[in-house]
Amino acid sequence: MTPDDQQLLSWVPRLRRYARALAGNRDDADDLVQDTLERAWAKSALWRGVADMRGWLFGIMHNLHVDGVRRPRIATQTMDDDTPEVATAPTQGERLAVLDLQAALDLLPLEQKEIVLLVALEDMAYADVAKTLGIPIGTVMSRLSRGRERLRALMDGRAEPVRLKVVK
Amino acid sequence: MNPITEAELHAFVDGQLTPERHREIEAALAQRPDEALRAQAYREQKQALRALFDPVLDEPLPQRVLLAARPRAPWYAQRWVAGVAIALASGASGWGLHGVSQRVWPGAALATAGFAQRAAVAHAVYSPEQRRPVEVDAAHEDQLVTWLSKRMGAPMKPPHLQALGYALEGGRLLPGGQGPVAQFMYRDAGGQRLTLYVSNEIGDLSPAASGARRGGEVNAETAFRFAREGRLNVFYWVEGRFGYAISADADKAALTDVAGEVYRQLASTAAEPPR
Repeated sequence: MTPDDQQLLSWVPRLRRYARALAGNRDDADDLVQDTLERAWAKSALWRGVADMRGWLFGIMHNLHVDGVRRPRIATQTMDDDTPEVATAPTQGERLAVLDLQAALDLLPLEQKEIVLLVALEDMAYADVAKTLGIPIGTVMSRLSRGRERLRALMDGRAEPVRLKVVK
Repeated sequence: MNPITEAELHAFVDGQLTPERHREIEAALAQRPDEALRAQAYREQKQALRALFDPVLDEPLPQRVLLAARPRAPWYAQRWVAGVAIALASGASGWGLHGVSQRVWPGAALATAGFAQRAAVAHAVYSPEQRRPVEVDAAHEDQLVTWLSKRMGAPMKPPHLQALGYALEGGRLLPGGQGPVAQFMYRDAGGQRLTLYVSNEIGDLSPAASGARRGGEVNAETAFRFAREGRLNVFYWVEGRFGYAISADADKAALTDVAGEVYRQLASTAAEPPR
């Protein structure tokens, strides 16, 4: 195995961790990882010029995920028992308070979720997040701020900014 | 003391401040309970996310991910494609190692994933059928071959998998994305079904399709891939104009053996003159 192979392989567990958090279930996450690796190989001629391999790989994954969300494949939901349940809509008695972290995460807009995750899971510097996602650092900060606050509100069981009043 | 900006509060949580500024913010937060509370909540949020997703780091890598990470590794030496490797080694024509060992057509890979999904759906629809699993049964194999070959525009002879414990039940014609698709149904002694799905719509999907055609032989581009659709394992590949998918609720090793055998028989069939 060449050093390049090993280099790519060494990133796989972290790509999988991020993909799992992003996609919410194992199969979709591994589809994303597989596609990312294939795209990375297809562009392997560029590796020499890539200074930040992590940013480059996570950037590829970001693009593929955004494309995939925009143009979803025919949905195939894995039905076997060992698949973790995806977010279920909270029933009335339970309200938002019972949302678990994964479910709350899935309620974040993608643009906020990605940043919250890159910072939390990868400990990525804000400047690197900006480069990976191709957005200005100011945007990174504002989305991070909104994403974290929203996640906190969801986990605390507080409703979103606009509360519905019961009108008698 | 400067005011604490929102960005600084986050940078404080993430340890992305200079040590000096970090100490200043830390001191300032002692006087600002609301912001201190938020910083604490964000820190706990990070820890919770790590606790939730870090276990993924320790999971064994799925085979398909492992293979995608190592496209230039001698994949054919790995156990699960051993059957196919033997087929290759035994002189199957048209299998350029170039195309096999370098899986560099992600666009087509995505397209074939859709093909595999259709195969899986077709399997899921017809394999539970007790009374009409096939349109033409194995007792009329000659008719089946003639019919499917005519409709598919190429010889469609079902591989024989008796040696692996699968008896041919028959086959049917299905609508694919743009035209007909053939499905062959097999059954093992325990009643478990296996289907072979053959599509000729796949050729245009791969960018290498035109370039790799050599002297009328099949195209070189192909990649063996696994997909899992629920309980179903699907093993699929592309060869020439055709995409093949084998679906079964069986483990990968068993499916790999079948795939190797199917490949071997298809290669030898292709060498015969068309009927």
